[in-house]
Amino acid sequence: MIEFFTNTNLGIVLVILGQSLLVLVPLLLALAFLMYADRKVWAAVQMRKGPNVVGAFGLLQSFADFLKYIVKEIVVPAGADKFVFFLAPMIAFVLAVIAWAVIPFNDGWVLADINVAILYIFAISSLEVYGVIMGGWASNSKYPFLGSLRSAAQMISYEVSIGLIIVGVIISTGSLNFGDIVAAQDGAGGIFSWYWVAHFPMLFLFFISALAETNRPPFDLPEAESELVAGYQVEYSSTPFLLFMIGELMAVVLMCALVSLLFLGGWLSPIPGLPDGILWMVLKMGFCFFIFAMVKAITPRYRYDQLMRIGWKVFLPMSLAWVVIVSFLAKYEVLGGFWARWTMGG
Amino acid sequence: MTQMDYTRAAKYFLLQDVWQGFRLGMKYFFAPKATLNYPHEKGPLSPRFRGEHALRRYPNGEERCIACKLCEAVCPAQAITIDAEPRDDGSRRTTRYDIDMTKCIYCGFCQEACPVDAIVEGPNFEFSTETREELYYDKAKLLENGDRWESEIAHNLELDAPYR
Repeated sequence: MIEFFTNTNLGIVLVILGQSLLVLVPLLLALAFLMYADRKVWAAVQMRKGPNVVGAFGLLQSFADFLKYIVKEIVVPAGADKFVFFLAPMIAFVLAVIAWAVIPFNDGWVLADINVAILYIFAISSLEVYGVIMGGWASNSKYPFLGSLRSAAQMISYEVSIGLIIVGVIISTGSLNFGDIVAAQDGAGGIFSWYWVAHFPMLFLFFISALAETNRPPFDLPEAESELVAGYQVEYSSTPFLLFMIGELMAVVLMCALVSLLFLGGWLSPIPGLPDGILWMVLKMGFCFFIFAMVKAITPRYRYDQLMRIGWKVFLPMSLAWVVIVSFLAKYEVLGGFWARWTMGG
Repeated sequence: MTQMDYTRAAKYFLLQDVWQGFRLGMKYFFAPKATLNYPHEKGPLSPRFRGEHALRRYPNGEERCIACKLCEAVCPAQAITIDAEPRDDGSRRTTRYDIDMTKCIYCGFCQEACPVDAIVEGPNFEFSTETREELYYDKAKLLENGDRWESEIAHNLELDAPYR
C-alpha cells in the first residue's frame, strides 16, 4: 500500500492532491470566518453590531454571501473582451491560492519545501497585478480601467520596498527557505529572539507595504468607492466577482502569514518553556488579521500622490538603508551574531 | 534652507496618529452598540408621527368624515380624491375616498385641515406592499385602518391635544 503512494506516478499525484486539499479546504473555511471577523471588527469600531442574523451570532453570514454570489446572474458588459474578462478573476484567484504551496504552518508542514520559497512568493505576488489589470482593461469601461492603472502602479511601487525588507531578513538568515528563517528565530530569548526585534522598524514598514500591496485601506485607491465606485471590480458580478473577492482576501491572509513567518517567529512559542506548534502560527496570523481589520476601520484613504510619495521617498530609502546596515551588522557579527543567525548554529 | 519641523517629523515616523487612532478605535470597539435589532426592537415614536393614513369613526360607529373636501384641496401632492352624495338619511357622506399612497408625501396637511379629526396619519409605518396597486388606498381600506389603529390614534391625539 505504501509502495503505491511512493513509487507509482498515480499514487504520487494522489498524495499531492490530498495534501493540497488538506491545505486548501481549511484555508477556504477559515477565509469565510475571517471575512466575517473583518466585518465584525469594522462594525464594532463604528458602534454597530455587524452581521448577526445568519446562524449563531451571524457566523454563517459569509456562506450565505457565497451562495448568493453563485446564484446571481453573470453580466458581461457590451464591448468587453470576453476571454480576458473571464480569465482575469481566475488568474487573481489561482495566483492567490498557489502562493500557499510554500507557506509552512508548522515545522515541516509545507506542500513544497523548496529552497527559494521567498523568491517564489515574490514572483507570485508580482503576477497578481495581472488579474487586476486584465479585469480593468477587459471590462471596456472607464472606472475599472482607472482603478486597474492605479493598482498596477501601486503594487509595483510597494513591491520594491517589500523586496528590500525581505532581503534584510534573508541576510540575517542566510537562506530563502521559510523553515530556515523560522528556525533562525529560535533562541533562548523566546519572543525577543524573533526578527521583529532584530529588524524592528522593518516590521512596520513591511506591514504598511503589505496593506498597499493587497489594496487594503488606507491604500485602497484602486477600488476607492467615493471616486471609482469599486475600481476594477465595477463590471464584475456573480462568481467572477466572488473569485476576485476571495483572491483579495486570500492575499491579505497570505501577508498575515508572511508577517508571522518573517518577523513573529512563525510556529515558535513566545515563552521558551512552552511547546512550539501550529497553534502559535494561527494565533499570530489571527493577530495580524485583527490589526489589518483595525487599520481598515481607523484610517482614512490616502491621496494618490501621498501614496506614491510614501512608497518611493520614505519606504524605499529606509528599507535600502536598512539592507546596508544589516549587511554590516551581519558581516562583523555585532552583538555576537544577533543579525547573523547562521553563525549561532541556528 | 528652510527650518525643519522636528516634532512633526518625529510624530510622522513614530506613527503617532495611527496609535492615537488605534486607541480611539479600541475605545469604541468595546463601547455599547447603537444598533437596534429592527424587526425585534423598535425605536420610540412621537405622538405626532405621521405614518399610514386612517379614516376614523365616532364611538357609535358613524364615520366622522363629512366630505368637506378640505383635505383634497390642501393636499400638495394631489393624492386625495373624494366624491360625495347625500345619504338616504339626508346627511352628506363620501361615496369615494381614495389616497394614492405613492403620491402622498406624508406632510400631514390633511389631518391639519380636517375639522372633525376624520383623516389622520397613524403611528403605523410598516405597510410596504409587493405591488404598486396595493398602495392605491380606497375608502374601505382607510376605514379598516381606522378601526385597527383607533386606540393608538386616539391616545396620540389626546397626548398632542394641549399643543394644537
